[in-house]
Amino acid sequence: MDLEAAKMIGAGLAAIGTGAAAIGVGFVFGQFLNSALRNPAAADGQQGRLFLGFALAELLGLMAFTVALLILFVF
Amino acid sequence: MGRAQARKRNCQLAAEGKIDPMHQFTVDQIVPLHIGGYDISFTNSAAWMVLTLIVIGLFMWGGLKRQVVPGRWQVAVEGLTGFIDNMVTMNIGPEGKKFAPYIFTLFSFILVANLLGMLPLAIIPGYHAFTSTSHFSITGVLAIVSFSIVLIVGFWRHGLHFFSLFVPQGTPVWMLPLIVPIEIISFLVRPFSLALRLFVAMISGHILMEVFGSFIANGVSSGSPVGLGVSLVSFLFIVGVGALELLICALQAYVFALLTSLYLNDAVNLH
Repeated sequence: MDLEAAKMIGAGLAAIGTGAAAIGVGFVFGQFLNSALRNPAAADGQQGRLFLGFALAELLGLMAFTVALLILFVF
Repeated sequence: MGRAQARKRNCQLAAEGKIDPMHQFTVDQIVPLHIGGYDISFTNSAAWMVLTLIVIGLFMWGGLKRQVVPGRWQVAVEGLTGFIDNMVTMNIGPEGKKFAPYIFTLFSFILVANLLGMLPLAIIPGYHAFTSTSHFSITGVLAIVSFSIVLIVGFWRHGLHFFSLFVPQGTPVWMLPLIVPIEIISFLVRPFSLALRLFVAMISGHILMEVFGSFIANGVSSGSPVGLGVSLVSFLFIVGVGALELLICALQAYVFALLTSLYLNDAVNLH
Protein backbone atom coordinates (compact mmCIF):
# COMPACT_ATOMS: atom_id res chain seq x y z
CA MET A 1 0.00 0.00 0.00
CA ASP A 2 1.52 3.35 -0.97
CA LEU A 3 1.87 6.24 1.47
CA GLU A 4 -0.84 8.44 -0.07
CA ALA A 5 -3.52 5.76 0.29
CA ALA A 6 -2.39 4.97 3.82
CA LYS A 7 -2.70 8.68 4.73
CA MET A 8 -6.25 8.83 3.43
CA ILE A 9 -7.25 5.69 5.34
CA GLY A 10 -5.58 7.00 8.49
CA ALA A 11 -7.38 10.35 8.25
CA GLY A 12 -10.68 8.54 7.74
CA LEU A 13 -10.05 6.37 10.80
CA ALA A 14 -9.17 9.46 12.85
CA ALA A 15 -12.44 11.09 11.82
CA ILE A 16 -14.41 8.26 13.53
CA GLY A 17 -13.61 10.06 16.78
CA THR A 18 -15.85 12.95 15.83
CA GLY A 19 -18.78 10.55 15.70
CA ALA A 20 -17.93 9.33 19.19
CA ALA A 21 -17.93 12.94 20.38
CA ALA A 22 -21.35 13.38 18.79
CA ILE A 23 -22.65 10.57 21.04
CA GLY A 24 -21.10 12.37 24.01
CA VAL A 25 -22.67 15.72 23.17
CA GLY A 26 -26.00 13.98 22.63
CA PHE A 27 -25.74 12.43 26.10
CA VAL A 28 -24.97 15.81 27.67
CA PHE A 29 -27.97 17.58 26.16
CA GLY A 30 -30.25 14.56 26.47
CA GLN A 31 -29.56 14.06 30.15
CA PHE A 32 -29.94 17.79 30.75
CA LEU A 33 -33.36 17.83 29.09
CA ASN A 34 -34.33 14.66 30.91
CA SER A 35 -33.68 16.23 34.30
CA ALA A 36 -34.78 19.73 33.29
CA LEU A 37 -38.24 18.43 32.44
CA ARG A 38 -38.47 16.73 35.84
CA ASN A 39 -37.55 19.93 37.68
CA PRO A 40 -37.91 22.92 35.35
CA ALA A 41 -37.42 25.40 38.19
CA ALA A 42 -33.82 24.28 38.75
CA ALA A 43 -32.92 24.04 35.07
CA ASP A 44 -31.88 27.65 34.44
CA GLY A 45 -29.33 27.60 37.24
CA GLN A 46 -27.52 24.65 35.68
CA GLN A 47 -27.00 26.09 32.19
CA GLY A 48 -23.39 26.97 32.92
CA ARG A 49 -22.67 23.33 33.77
CA LEU A 50 -24.59 22.22 30.67
CA PHE A 51 -22.33 24.24 28.40
CA LEU A 52 -19.23 23.24 30.36
CA GLY A 53 -20.09 19.58 29.80
CA PHE A 54 -20.86 20.29 26.15
CA ALA A 55 -17.52 22.06 25.70
CA LEU A 56 -15.55 19.24 27.32
CA ALA A 57 -17.31 16.53 25.29
CA GLU A 58 -16.97 18.49 22.07
CA LEU A 59 -13.26 19.16 22.60
CA LEU A 60 -12.39 15.48 22.20
CA GLY A 61 -14.21 15.29 18.88
CA LEU A 62 -12.45 18.41 17.71
CA MET A 63 -9.13 16.85 18.68
CA ALA A 64 -9.93 13.81 16.53
CA PHE A 65 -10.72 16.18 13.67
CA THR A 66 -7.41 17.99 14.24
CA VAL A 67 -5.55 14.68 14.04
CA ALA A 68 -7.30 13.93 10.73
CA LEU A 69 -6.29 17.35 9.39
CA LEU A 70 -2.70 16.90 10.57
CA ILE A 71 -2.45 13.55 8.81
CA LEU A 72 -3.90 14.98 5.59
CA PHE A 73 -2.12 18.31 5.33
CA VAL A 74 1.01 18.27 7.49
CA PHE A 75 2.74 14.94 6.97
CA MET B 1 1.59 34.74 -2.57
CA GLY B 2 0.30 38.14 -3.71
CA ARG B 3 -3.39 38.94 -3.54
CA ALA B 4 -3.86 39.31 -7.29
CA GLN B 5 -2.07 36.03 -7.87
CA ALA B 6 -4.14 34.27 -5.22
CA ARG B 7 -7.36 35.63 -6.71
CA LYS B 8 -6.35 34.40 -10.15
CA ARG B 9 -5.55 30.96 -8.79
CA ASN B 10 -8.87 30.85 -6.99
CA CYS B 11 -10.78 31.67 -10.18
CA GLN B 12 -8.71 29.13 -12.09
CA LEU B 13 -9.50 26.38 -9.56
CA ALA B 14 -13.19 27.26 -9.65
CA ALA B 15 -13.17 27.06 -13.46
CA GLU B 16 -11.57 23.60 -13.36
CA GLY B 17 -14.16 22.40 -10.85
CA LYS B 18 -11.56 21.47 -8.23
CA ILE B 19 -12.28 22.00 -4.55
CA ASP B 20 -9.57 23.60 -2.41
CA PRO B 21 -11.16 24.05 1.04
CA MET B 22 -7.96 25.22 2.74
CA HIS B 23 -7.46 28.18 0.43
CA GLN B 24 -9.84 30.42 2.38
CA PHE B 25 -7.49 30.31 5.37
CA THR B 26 -4.39 31.69 3.58
CA VAL B 27 -3.00 34.89 5.02
CA ASP B 28 -2.17 37.39 2.27
CA GLN B 29 -0.17 40.56 2.65
CA ILE B 30 -1.98 43.82 1.92
CA VAL B 31 0.77 46.25 2.93
CA PRO B 32 4.16 44.44 3.02
CA LEU B 33 6.30 45.65 5.93
CA HIS B 34 9.57 44.10 7.13
CA ILE B 35 11.49 45.45 10.10
CA GLY B 36 14.76 43.86 11.26
CA GLY B 37 14.11 40.50 9.64
CA TYR B 38 10.58 40.27 11.08
CA ASP B 39 7.59 40.22 8.81
CA ILE B 40 5.02 42.56 10.36
CA SER B 41 3.02 43.18 7.19
CA PHE B 42 -0.57 44.34 7.35
CA THR B 43 -2.34 41.13 6.30
CA ASN B 44 -5.94 40.30 5.50
CA SER B 45 -6.13 38.70 8.96
CA ALA B 46 -5.18 42.04 10.53
CA ALA B 47 -7.63 43.87 8.28
CA TRP B 48 -10.51 41.64 9.41
CA MET B 49 -9.55 42.11 13.05
CA VAL B 50 -9.54 45.89 12.55
CA LEU B 51 -12.97 45.54 10.94
CA THR B 52 -14.09 43.54 14.00
CA LEU B 53 -12.96 46.36 16.28
CA ILE B 54 -14.78 48.94 14.12
CA VAL B 55 -18.02 46.92 14.25
CA ILE B 56 -17.80 46.50 18.04
CA GLY B 57 -16.93 50.20 18.42
CA LEU B 58 -19.89 51.33 16.30
CA PHE B 59 -22.23 48.97 18.16
CA MET B 60 -21.12 50.24 21.58
CA TRP B 61 -21.02 53.88 20.47
CA GLY B 62 -24.61 53.70 19.26
CA GLY B 63 -25.81 52.38 22.62
CA LEU B 64 -24.00 54.73 25.01
CA LYS B 65 -26.79 57.29 25.06
CA ARG B 66 -27.57 56.84 28.79
CA GLN B 67 -31.25 57.55 28.25
CA VAL B 68 -33.58 56.79 31.13
CA VAL B 69 -36.02 55.14 28.74
CA PRO B 70 -33.62 53.25 26.45
CA GLY B 71 -34.17 53.01 22.70
CA ARG B 72 -33.81 49.76 20.74
CA TRP B 73 -30.08 50.10 20.22
CA GLN B 74 -29.38 50.91 23.85
CA VAL B 75 -31.42 47.88 24.92
CA ALA B 76 -29.27 45.68 22.68
CA VAL B 77 -26.03 47.02 24.18
CA GLU B 78 -27.39 46.82 27.71
CA GLY B 79 -28.53 43.27 27.06
CA LEU B 80 -25.00 42.28 26.01
CA THR B 81 -23.27 43.97 28.94
CA GLY B 82 -25.91 42.67 31.34
CA PHE B 83 -25.45 39.13 30.01
CA ILE B 84 -21.68 39.24 30.61
CA ASP B 85 -22.14 40.90 34.00
CA ASN B 86 -24.60 38.21 35.02
CA MET B 87 -22.28 35.42 33.85
CA VAL B 88 -19.31 36.84 35.74
CA THR B 89 -21.18 37.39 39.01
CA MET B 90 -22.78 33.93 38.79
CA ASN B 91 -19.46 32.16 38.23
CA ILE B 92 -16.93 34.21 40.20
CA GLY B 93 -19.13 35.90 42.77
CA PRO B 94 -19.22 39.56 43.83
CA GLU B 95 -15.45 39.86 43.39
CA GLY B 96 -15.84 39.00 39.73
CA LYS B 97 -17.01 42.51 38.81
CA LYS B 98 -13.48 43.66 38.07
CA PHE B 99 -12.98 40.88 35.51
CA ALA B 100 -16.16 41.77 33.63
CA PRO B 101 -14.40 44.16 31.19
CA TYR B 102 -11.93 41.45 30.17
CA ILE B 103 -14.59 38.77 29.74
CA PHE B 104 -16.70 41.26 27.79
CA THR B 105 -13.78 42.06 25.48
CA LEU B 106 -13.15 38.36 24.86
CA PHE B 107 -16.79 37.54 24.21
CA SER B 108 -17.53 40.46 21.90
CA PHE B 109 -14.28 40.10 19.93
CA ILE B 110 -14.73 36.36 19.35
CA LEU B 111 -18.43 36.69 18.57
CA VAL B 112 -18.03 39.51 16.04
CA ALA B 113 -14.91 37.97 14.44
CA ASN B 114 -16.79 34.65 14.03
CA LEU B 115 -19.86 36.32 12.58
CA LEU B 116 -17.87 38.52 10.18
CA GLY B 117 -16.17 35.38 8.89
CA MET B 118 -19.62 34.05 7.94
CA LEU B 119 -20.36 36.98 5.59
CA PRO B 120 -21.18 35.63 2.11
CA LEU B 121 -18.57 37.77 0.35
CA ALA B 122 -17.59 34.88 -1.91
CA ILE B 123 -20.48 35.85 -4.22
CA ILE B 124 -17.98 38.30 -5.74
CA PRO B 125 -15.56 36.04 -7.68
CA GLY B 126 -12.10 35.89 -6.15
CA TYR B 127 -13.05 37.41 -2.81
CA HIS B 128 -13.96 35.66 0.41
CA ALA B 129 -14.54 36.57 4.02
CA PHE B 130 -11.65 35.78 6.34
CA THR B 131 -12.25 34.40 9.82
CA SER B 132 -9.45 35.68 12.02
CA THR B 133 -10.46 33.22 14.77
CA SER B 134 -9.78 30.29 12.43
CA HIS B 135 -6.04 30.66 13.06
CA PHE B 136 -4.33 29.06 16.02
CA SER B 137 -2.02 32.07 16.36
CA ILE B 138 -5.01 34.30 17.15
CA THR B 139 -6.95 31.96 19.43
CA GLY B 140 -3.68 30.84 21.04
CA VAL B 141 -2.84 34.41 22.04
CA LEU B 142 -6.34 34.91 23.46
CA ALA B 143 -5.97 31.68 25.47
CA ILE B 144 -2.47 32.62 26.70
CA VAL B 145 -3.76 36.02 27.88
CA SER B 146 -6.60 34.30 29.77
CA PHE B 147 -4.23 31.74 31.29
CA SER B 148 -1.73 34.44 32.32
CA ILE B 149 -4.45 36.42 34.04
CA VAL B 150 -5.49 33.28 35.94
CA LEU B 151 -1.87 32.65 37.03
CA ILE B 152 -1.20 36.28 37.99
CA VAL B 153 -4.44 36.65 39.95
CA GLY B 154 -3.92 33.29 41.65
CA PHE B 155 -0.36 33.95 42.80
CA TRP B 156 -1.15 37.58 43.65
CA ARG B 157 -4.03 36.71 45.95
CA HIS B 158 -2.87 33.41 47.45
CA GLY B 159 0.90 33.36 47.02
CA LEU B 160 2.38 29.85 47.03
CA HIS B 161 -0.85 28.62 48.60
CA PHE B 162 -2.22 28.71 45.03
CA PHE B 163 -0.58 25.31 44.51
CA SER B 164 -3.26 23.78 46.73
CA LEU B 165 -5.42 24.06 43.59
CA PHE B 166 -3.85 20.75 42.61
CA VAL B 167 -5.15 19.01 45.74
CA PRO B 168 -8.94 18.71 45.66
CA GLN B 169 -10.58 19.00 49.06
CA GLY B 170 -11.16 15.77 50.93
CA THR B 171 -8.74 13.64 48.89
CA PRO B 172 -7.45 10.62 50.87
CA VAL B 173 -3.67 10.84 51.38
CA TRP B 174 -2.96 7.55 49.61
CA MET B 175 -4.69 8.93 46.48
CA LEU B 176 -2.46 12.04 46.30
CA PRO B 177 0.33 10.57 44.09
CA LEU B 178 -2.33 9.78 41.50
CA ILE B 179 -4.56 12.86 41.81
CA VAL B 180 -1.90 15.60 41.90
CA PRO B 181 -0.24 14.75 38.55
CA ILE B 182 -3.67 14.46 36.92
CA GLU B 183 -4.70 17.85 38.30
CA ILE B 184 -1.41 19.45 37.18
CA ILE B 185 -1.78 18.06 33.65
CA SER B 186 -5.40 19.14 33.43
CA PHE B 187 -4.39 22.62 34.60
CA LEU B 188 -1.56 22.93 32.06
CA VAL B 189 -3.72 21.66 29.20
CA ARG B 190 -6.29 24.44 29.77
CA PRO B 191 -4.79 27.09 27.43
CA PHE B 192 -4.38 24.52 24.64
CA SER B 193 -7.93 23.22 24.98
CA LEU B 194 -9.29 26.77 25.13
CA ALA B 195 -7.49 27.81 21.94
CA LEU B 196 -7.97 24.52 20.09
CA ARG B 197 -11.73 24.41 20.65
CA LEU B 198 -12.42 27.77 19.04
CA PHE B 199 -9.91 27.33 16.24
CA VAL B 200 -11.04 23.85 15.20
CA ALA B 201 -14.74 24.68 15.48
CA MET B 202 -14.27 27.61 13.11
CA ILE B 203 -12.00 25.82 10.66
CA SER B 204 -14.19 22.69 10.43
CA GLY B 205 -17.37 24.67 9.82
CA HIS B 206 -15.79 26.74 7.08
CA ILE B 207 -14.30 23.67 5.37
CA LEU B 208 -17.72 22.00 5.42
CA MET B 209 -19.42 25.05 3.92
CA GLU B 210 -16.71 25.46 1.27
CA VAL B 211 -16.93 21.80 0.20
CA PHE B 212 -20.71 21.77 -0.10
CA GLY B 213 -20.77 25.21 -1.70
CA SER B 214 -18.38 23.86 -4.33
CA PHE B 215 -20.70 20.86 -4.83
CA ILE B 216 -23.51 23.30 -5.71
CA ALA B 217 -21.34 25.23 -8.19
CA ASN B 218 -19.89 22.08 -9.80
CA GLY B 219 -23.28 20.38 -10.05
CA VAL B 220 -24.89 23.37 -11.77
CA SER B 221 -21.99 23.89 -14.15
CA SER B 222 -22.00 20.20 -15.17
CA GLY B 223 -25.50 20.71 -16.58
CA SER B 224 -26.59 17.06 -16.28
CA PRO B 225 -29.80 16.19 -14.35
CA VAL B 226 -27.79 14.18 -11.80
CA GLY B 227 -25.52 17.21 -11.20
CA LEU B 228 -28.55 19.47 -10.72
CA GLY B 229 -29.99 16.96 -8.24
CA VAL B 230 -26.74 16.93 -6.28
CA SER B 231 -26.77 20.74 -6.29
CA LEU B 232 -30.30 20.88 -4.93
CA VAL B 233 -29.54 18.43 -2.11
CA SER B 234 -26.30 20.29 -1.30
CA PHE B 235 -28.19 23.59 -1.27
CA LEU B 236 -30.78 22.31 1.19
CA PHE B 237 -27.99 20.84 3.33
CA ILE B 238 -25.94 24.03 3.33
CA VAL B 239 -28.91 26.15 4.44
CA GLY B 240 -29.15 23.98 7.54
CA VAL B 241 -25.39 23.94 8.05
CA GLY B 242 -25.30 27.74 7.70
CA ALA B 243 -27.88 28.12 10.46
CA LEU B 244 -25.95 25.64 12.61
CA GLU B 245 -22.73 27.57 11.98
CA LEU B 246 -24.33 30.82 13.18
CA LEU B 247 -25.31 28.97 16.36
CA ILE B 248 -21.77 27.58 16.72
CA CYS B 249 -20.30 31.09 16.28
CA ALA B 250 -22.28 32.38 19.25
CA LEU B 251 -21.83 29.17 21.27
CA GLN B 252 -18.03 29.11 20.90
CA ALA B 253 -17.76 32.75 21.98
CA TYR B 254 -19.98 31.94 24.97
CA VAL B 255 -17.99 28.81 25.87
CA PHE B 256 -14.67 30.69 25.65
CA ALA B 257 -15.96 33.45 27.95
CA LEU B 258 -17.61 30.93 30.31
CA LEU B 259 -14.51 28.75 30.65
CA THR B 260 -12.32 31.81 31.22
CA SER B 261 -14.61 32.97 34.00
CA LEU B 262 -14.66 29.47 35.52
CA TYR B 263 -10.85 29.34 35.50
CA LEU B 264 -10.77 32.84 37.04
CA ASN B 265 -13.11 31.51 39.73
CA ASP B 266 -10.49 28.87 40.63
CA ALA B 267 -7.85 31.58 40.94
CA VAL B 268 -10.00 34.05 42.91
CA ASN B 269 -11.81 31.72 45.30
CA LEU B 270 -9.44 28.69 45.49
CA HIS B 271 -11.87 25.92 46.59
